[in-house]
Amino acid sequence: MSVWDTAFAISIMPILLKGLWLTIQITLVGFVISLVVGLVVAVIRYLKIPIISPLATFYVSFVRGAPLLVQAYVAFYVLPLLGVTFDALPTGIVVIGLNYSAYTAEVYRAGIEQLHKGQWEAATALSLPRWRTWVRIVIPQAVRPIIPVLGNYLIMMFKDSAILSSITIIELLGSALSIGSSYYRYLEPISIIGLMYLAISFPCSLLIKKLERRFVPQH
Amino acid sequence: MDAVFDYSGLLVQGLGVTILVTVLGAILTIVVAFIAGLCSLSTHRWLRWPATFFVEFFRGTGLLVQMFWFFYALPFLGIELAPLVAGVLALGLNEGAYAAEVVRGTIRSRAKGQTEAAIALGMTPALRMRRILIPQSIPAMLPAFGNVMVDLLKNTSLVSLVTVSDLTWRAFTARTVTGQTVELFLTILVLYYLLSLLIGWLIRYLEKRFALDRKSLAKAKPLKALAGRFSS
Repeated sequence: MSVWDTAFAISIMPILLKGLWLTIQITLVGFVISLVVGLVVAVIRYLKIPIISPLATFYVSFVRGAPLLVQAYVAFYVLPLLGVTFDALPTGIVVIGLNYSAYTAEVYRAGIEQLHKGQWEAATALSLPRWRTWVRIVIPQAVRPIIPVLGNYLIMMFKDSAILSSITIIELLGSALSIGSSYYRYLEPISIIGLMYLAISFPCSLLIKKLERRFVPQH
Repeated sequence: MDAVFDYSGLLVQGLGVTILVTVLGAILTIVVAFIAGLCSLSTHRWLRWPATFFVEFFRGTGLLVQMFWFFYALPFLGIELAPLVAGVLALGLNEGAYAAEVVRGTIRSRAKGQTEAAIALGMTPALRMRRILIPQSIPAMLPAFGNVMVDLLKNTSLVSLVTVSDLTWRAFTARTVTGQTVELFLTILVLYYLLSLLIGWLIRYLEKRFALDRKSLAKAKPLKALAGRFSS
């Protein structure tokens, strides 16, 4: 038997493509969760409410400071003990979404902070109400430069979702590992999925570099 | 908490392995980052193209996939690596690819006048890099390198999936024996958090210690700092 078995590689493609599709779904749903939760956390931090805002700050720091794998283990193995039982898939999606919300919260904050102070002062001078200042002045200017940064997190999340295979989710890596263990051939499945990750994330990162040049103010 | 105390000896050993993997991974990351980063700045295409290919390849395929490839797929090509070696290799090459972009971006963003002055003094390109550009860039690289190192620490938990007996692996096996899931996982969660805070403090200390220009450090744009992690 040769080192690389092309016939075998072709025969496993349907399973791998199914895994890829699940990975894409996990990434998209998880990303939406991270965008929403991240925004809530960023706003709570911005409002500087006693007790609640420091808690949000701690949340960001703690979630960023511990491995996604361990967080996935905690959610998957600890929650059932507390009487909360979910399937692996929703658990995994929520875990990765919450994990990335700590990063998106920082991105929103950076987007708001890099806005020039004069913009706020001008809005005050024009006596714009507070919500209009946010909706018409702050948010439109804060969002443009953070789009590429968020895009980078989307790509990282796509690759990080492989970690969820360790809590029994048969996404792309999980499907490759299950093929590997049943046929005892790991070279083809793992090499192919590596190229699948590359085939998606590389064009996306080129696109984001383009967006960066358009959206992020250069000096 | 009984399980945590009963297994504290093993957890401490696991902590030792985690720190070992982090330190070895960090050394490899720095070496890889400087080689790939400097090569990608080269005017010589046979240095620049392979370096760019390396960076895009290792950033694009995902760390865990790479680790499993080194551990499970490489033996089919006749190369067997010890789990620790496979883990550290994947960590170092992957994080090194990210850090290479930090090296490249920071050196490229040095003020042009520095290069021009060095050329005017008749310095060779190698000397210019070694004596002028790199020493000035290192303080500027520190914050981004700090992010990479925290990332590296967290990613060391993945070596448990290729059978290295690190902190995560110890907690996972102790859990299967004792069933005391909550205590064990929360303990290591906190341990990882403390380690990443430690790395954060260390980097901030180094930043203060080696700051070239304290004012510009304070004014550093937050979004630039975030974006700098990936590109620039």
